[in-house]
Amino acid sequence: MNGRADAVPGEQGDGQPYRFVSPELAGQSLRDVGYLATERISSVVFLGDRLRKPVLVEGPAGTGKTELAKSVALMSGMRLIRLQCYEGLDEAKALYEWNYKKQLLRIQAERTGSQAEAVEWTELEADIFSEEFLLARPLLSAIRAPDPVVLLIDEVDRLDVETEALLLEVLSDYQVSIPELGTVTSVQTPLVFLTSNNSRELSEALKRRCLYLYIDYPSVEREQEIVLRRVPGISATLTSQITGVVRSLRQLELKKKPSVSETIDWAQTLHLFGAQQVSTELVVDTLHVLLKHQSDIEKATAELTAAR
Amino acid sequence: METILAGFIAELRAIGLPVSVSENVDAAAALRAIPLSDRAQVKSALAATLVKNHDHYGAFDVAFDIYFGGRQLGSLAGGTGNGTGEPKVTGFGSGTVLSRLTDDELSELLFRAVSQRDGGLLRAVAGEAVDRYAGIEPGRVVAGTFYLYKTLTRLDLEVLRQRLRESAEADGLSDLGRQLAEDDQDARVDAVRGEVEAEIRRRLIADRGAEAVAATLRRPLPEDVEFLNASRAQLAGLRQTVRPLARKLAARLAHKRRHRQRAALDFRRTVRKSLASGGVPVDLAYRKPRPAKPEIMLVADISGSVSAFAGFTLQLAYAIKSEFSRVRSFVFVDGVEEVTAILQDAADITTVTHRLNLGTSAVRLDGHSDYGLALETFWERWGEQVRSRTSVIILGDARNNYHASRAWVLKAIRQRARHLYWLNPEPVAAWDTGDSVMREYAPECDTVVECRNLRQLRAFVEQLD
Repeated sequence: MNGRADAVPGEQGDGQPYRFVSPELAGQSLRDVGYLATERISSVVFLGDRLRKPVLVEGPAGTGKTELAKSVALMSGMRLIRLQCYEGLDEAKALYEWNYKKQLLRIQAERTGSQAEAVEWTELEADIFSEEFLLARPLLSAIRAPDPVVLLIDEVDRLDVETEALLLEVLSDYQVSIPELGTVTSVQTPLVFLTSNNSRELSEALKRRCLYLYIDYPSVEREQEIVLRRVPGISATLTSQITGVVRSLRQLELKKKPSVSETIDWAQTLHLFGAQQVSTELVVDTLHVLLKHQSDIEKATAELTAAR
Repeated sequence: METILAGFIAELRAIGLPVSVSENVDAAAALRAIPLSDRAQVKSALAATLVKNHDHYGAFDVAFDIYFGGRQLGSLAGGTGNGTGEPKVTGFGSGTVLSRLTDDELSELLFRAVSQRDGGLLRAVAGEAVDRYAGIEPGRVVAGTFYLYKTLTRLDLEVLRQRLRESAEADGLSDLGRQLAEDDQDARVDAVRGEVEAEIRRRLIADRGAEAVAATLRRPLPEDVEFLNASRAQLAGLRQTVRPLARKLAARLAHKRRHRQRAALDFRRTVRKSLASGGVPVDLAYRKPRPAKPEIMLVADISGSVSAFAGFTLQLAYAIKSEFSRVRSFVFVDGVEEVTAILQDAADITTVTHRLNLGTSAVRLDGHSDYGLALETFWERWGEQVRSRTSVIILGDARNNYHASRAWVLKAIRQRARHLYWLNPEPVAAWDTGDSVMREYAPECDTVVECRNLRQLRAFVEQLD
């Protein structure tokens, strides 16, 4: 049973090398570039490469979804191409656009040149709709890139449902159809990561094409490790108290729960203050680093001081 | 492996997880890429390929444990005296060393396992406790909740919690430190509970086989949890899912506004345009539809019989509130009271319920719901404000305690309002039984839907237009 996994180092049917040998090694390399991956994260990253499938990463804000894609790019030395989604994003911004200014120039150059040998219209048309006049946007450039790349499609949930369909061809077949040019197929299969804050339900069609990874708030132990790594020189006791407070806060019903990045900021603040111990006063004084809504701060303060 | 996978996917589909054929193919491909001997990896591979919604993880976890936990234990089937599952980690020959301990020694050992965070020891103790206290009868078709209850009462987790508190206090912590420690202890006690639960599940599977157990242990998806008999934890889980739904509801109505077909003729622009065609108005110009703000009036029963549902509808009202400006909420039992302001000011839903409990005039007499009276009061006090673009949504089971139904009120509301919807949290079969007077109200509403779970609510939102 075990042998099967080891039997496939290197190549697959499409002749492209696999990038990771095993989930453990993928996790290890992520760790080397400073991303502490859980077992599940490293195994999904590994599978994304093996199955040549995009990975859809969901989870609350600030749990390191975007960071994951960046770290994967960093660890494997691949170029990162990023498409930030927003409401109103369209084909011209995501896929490709014809450089019509350049096309106009081309036509004009034709006219002002030698009138005698005026080029046939069809010839000209074929000419101005060639690769030279194509402006590649993130999706197309990821497909066309000759070198291995990581494509990060950030915050897909911000797209309108209709525009979501733009992504489908790229995600399932790694190709883009351009009516005037034909179909551009990928030279190499890019590693694709999509992130979503789950502000709306993504369509089934999109989900079906992806592997799914949910990154939740980290466990206390993992968060401790993250803080220790990100805030050099911080003491272990302070860290464990910090993560303890954060965990308690996450259990409250807040508008916006403290994210990992906010935990790190907070740890940094406390470290700069030279705190050795976390006391209630200190927490209340620095709570604004952790929580960004006034009502949340009030609630947390009430909760923390009520215990006395 | 393929047959196990097929069985597993069939089970997921039986729970209601939508697993497509292509996902099935992916799962098989994923299993080929990883070592099958590693349970954790098999699990994450299956989760990544088959489960595309975070809310479904809970149901998936249980199904996975049933299916793949059972496979490894297959050889242990029947040998109840011999099985604590796999925890050979600590070297406690299960059923040998541990079974010789007295009850007190066992709880002492449990305390040690918990306070030292020894996962292996904890598993062994949980196994022994199930052996000792649960009294599992082979072949009985049960879901195991009773076994869980029996084991947990004997293990007495409250005492365990107390002891953890005491031992922490001996360390002399600050106020904050103590509070943090308490949270930590609660998490650990919960872990014990989870361990015992998993152990019982393993036993049941060993006894009856995965397929048989799957049906009884199956955990419903969050969207299939019935509002009326949901546990607190389940309701808390629902809360997460309500927000996107409220947004969708808002989006539905907004969408409707943008795409209105009929609009008034813009005479000036039509004449201006007609000049191009020699004064013949070929193209008609219309005024841009002025988006009328949709209004929603939510009237919810908060009496005891539907209390769980009421909590949920309040959440829904609250979530809609944050998406929508013009939502007015009313609650009733036998009186009726507007709670829009309370919902607006409150920072979150817990404060809302708290304030509602402080007292409203929703309860006028005896605290038994009287739909007739409540509706009539609503009509008298707020009927004027129901306008042609108002949608009125009534949430309740129509159990009227044999009062007069006064269905004419609904007819009057419907005449004024754009739509009148009634969402009933009871199954259709239960309507009109006992004191339910749905039959009298139903003809007066535009739409009456059974709304027992999130799936049905979602379906309702989806068909809205």
